[in-house]
Amino acid sequence: MTLVTKFAARDPGPAARMTGFARHLRDHGLRLGVGETALAIEALCHVNAANPSEARRALKSVFTGCTEEAAQFDGLFDSYWMNGGRVKTRVVPTAPNAPNEHAHSTREANAAGDPSEGAGDISAPDGGTGEADANGEGKLVATDIANLFKKDLRDIVRPDDIAEAEKIALRLGAAMRDRKSRRRVAARKGDQIHFRKAIRQSLATGGEPFALPRRHRPDRTLRVTAICDVSGSMTVYSRIFLAFLAGLMRADPRADAYLFHTKLVRITEALRDKDALRALARLSLLADGFAGGSKIGDSLNTFAGTYGRRFVDNRTVVMILSDGYDTAAPDGISDALARLKKRGCKIIWLNPLKGWDGYAPTARAMAQALPHLDLFCAANTLGDLAALEPELARL
Amino acid sequence: MTFKTLQTAMAEQGYIASGDLAMALHLSLQLGRPLLLEGAAGVGKTEVARVLAAVQDTQLIRLQCYEGLDAAQAIYEWNYQRQLLAIRAASEDGETGRQVEARIFSDEFLLERPLLKAIRQTKAPVLLIDEIDRADEEFEAYLLEILSEFQITIPEMGTITATTRPMVILTANGTRDLSDALRRRCLYAHVPYPDLETELSILVTRYPEITDRLCAQIVGFVQSLRKQELEKKPGIAEMLDFAAALMGLGVADLTDDPAILQASLATLLKTQMDRDAIPTEIAQRLAGKAA
Repeated sequence: MTLVTKFAARDPGPAARMTGFARHLRDHGLRLGVGETALAIEALCHVNAANPSEARRALKSVFTGCTEEAAQFDGLFDSYWMNGGRVKTRVVPTAPNAPNEHAHSTREANAAGDPSEGAGDISAPDGGTGEADANGEGKLVATDIANLFKKDLRDIVRPDDIAEAEKIALRLGAAMRDRKSRRRVAARKGDQIHFRKAIRQSLATGGEPFALPRRHRPDRTLRVTAICDVSGSMTVYSRIFLAFLAGLMRADPRADAYLFHTKLVRITEALRDKDALRALARLSLLADGFAGGSKIGDSLNTFAGTYGRRFVDNRTVVMILSDGYDTAAPDGISDALARLKKRGCKIIWLNPLKGWDGYAPTARAMAQALPHLDLFCAANTLGDLAALEPELARL
Repeated sequence: MTFKTLQTAMAEQGYIASGDLAMALHLSLQLGRPLLLEGAAGVGKTEVARVLAAVQDTQLIRLQCYEGLDAAQAIYEWNYQRQLLAIRAASEDGETGRQVEARIFSDEFLLERPLLKAIRQTKAPVLLIDEIDRADEEFEAYLLEILSEFQITIPEMGTITATTRPMVILTANGTRDLSDALRRRCLYAHVPYPDLETELSILVTRYPEITDRLCAQIVGFVQSLRKQELEKKPGIAEMLDFAAALMGLGVADLTDDPAILQASLATLLKTQMDRDAIPTEIAQRLAGKAA
């Protein structure tokens, strides 16, 4: 058994230590409020707090809220209470980020292997078989300069595109709208009798139910959350997709949009700017690293762990616009999608490459993602997006 | 009462609880907080509530959640047929409208559903909200209100405040993520598959007549089966069924008869893929190792 931590003599007391412990847990990603700290102190009053294993169990049941946190807790407890010193073993809640997220990952990949191997390009991780040719085999997009280079999106997207996209987004939104709720509310033309109302109304007529109020299952709108890949391999399609995102934001006040390349950025607020061109200017500032490499798995995982927790529920359609070429290891993608899927949402993947003749989702990332998708479609042009309407209606 | 005494009391009722689980239950009783139990299907989450009710010598009220569960099924509903009849009868007796209204919206015409029933008991019951992750978010939100205030408002009657605070146990097995708000309200315990010793004592507690040799074999076999790549890993209930099947067939040693072992796997493996994944050779190898 390790030694119990010795706190400094000027330490103000158990309450402060518990606060410190809560802060320690928060630093490691547990979501705790003030209420839990108070509850923890109360809980310790009901157990033998001097016994480390009892205190550990008590605090575990108070401070943790899910399997991952429970698994993480023991290490965190030891590092704070049991270490006999100030040295804290840092238990990192999620997979540590690459040392330099901004650095292009082709470089990282090459640094590990033979630097002269140019085939492992972001747009053709398979080494250039099949459809990857058309994206430019061996194109090295990545340098430090490309990373700092800010592309002006106003050059890419034209305002009339946005106007057209807005119309399409409106139609798509309407197509996805009719998902029946399972609860019933009063309605003039309903399929069931609203008994509660009927009884109330029949009181006035001495028990004769003259009018039969009805109830039905109302339609519930689905929210669209779009996540767009703006990495190098997607540059050609960015114009369409960004126009679509801008249109979507204008058409549906509840929609949500994100960009990712090597990291994830929320662009909802920027795209809601009344002036379409100014919105794009704001977006350019956000899209630092535009047309660089892409880390799909990492980005989706970040999304599932942060924004996804707040914005994705069972009435959300997550729309991923990407070609599925991942510069990082592709294992992350299926995990991230499974995590998202657990929130009850629908996942649509629109892949511009799928429109090509003879395309098969051979990129490993794409192949791994397939089992989690509700819909996997092509989308190269605004017209293609518009043609999705019947597909979305079936979701 | 310390968590150790609770653990012992539960063992007397035939439930072997791990230290973590016993502590969580103990705190939940002491602090009056709901307890959220998570774990794979078949690890005995629901059983915890039954045993706790037995230990506390109180009633168990159970609410099974499903998608589309709403207030009428979870909290209360008016008995419409009786209300209609009462209105008819009243018009013949010449009751005034106000009297009728007061009468038909009274306790007599109220159908209690589990949540309302739980807060109106004279002795605090154990309220089991089973598989909360199957219900939808709306219900979760409603539940939050009840779990923090322990009161229910019926528009026609007013607010009903809990006479006693029920001990609430929620179970989930990860069909979907629960909201952070709900998790924050609850204490938490993860119920894993039992380790070797725990599972041995569960089996012995349930079937005291079993021989030591068969007992060790069964538990060893099921434990190693859980390490295989299976769609649905066998839970404790399946293990007990398996033991009952073997005892019923008069098997004294798992490795005796491959055909019987293979046939009795029906109690452990419940999908076609899992059955295919464990052919006779693998089953024999696992059984041989367990012996």
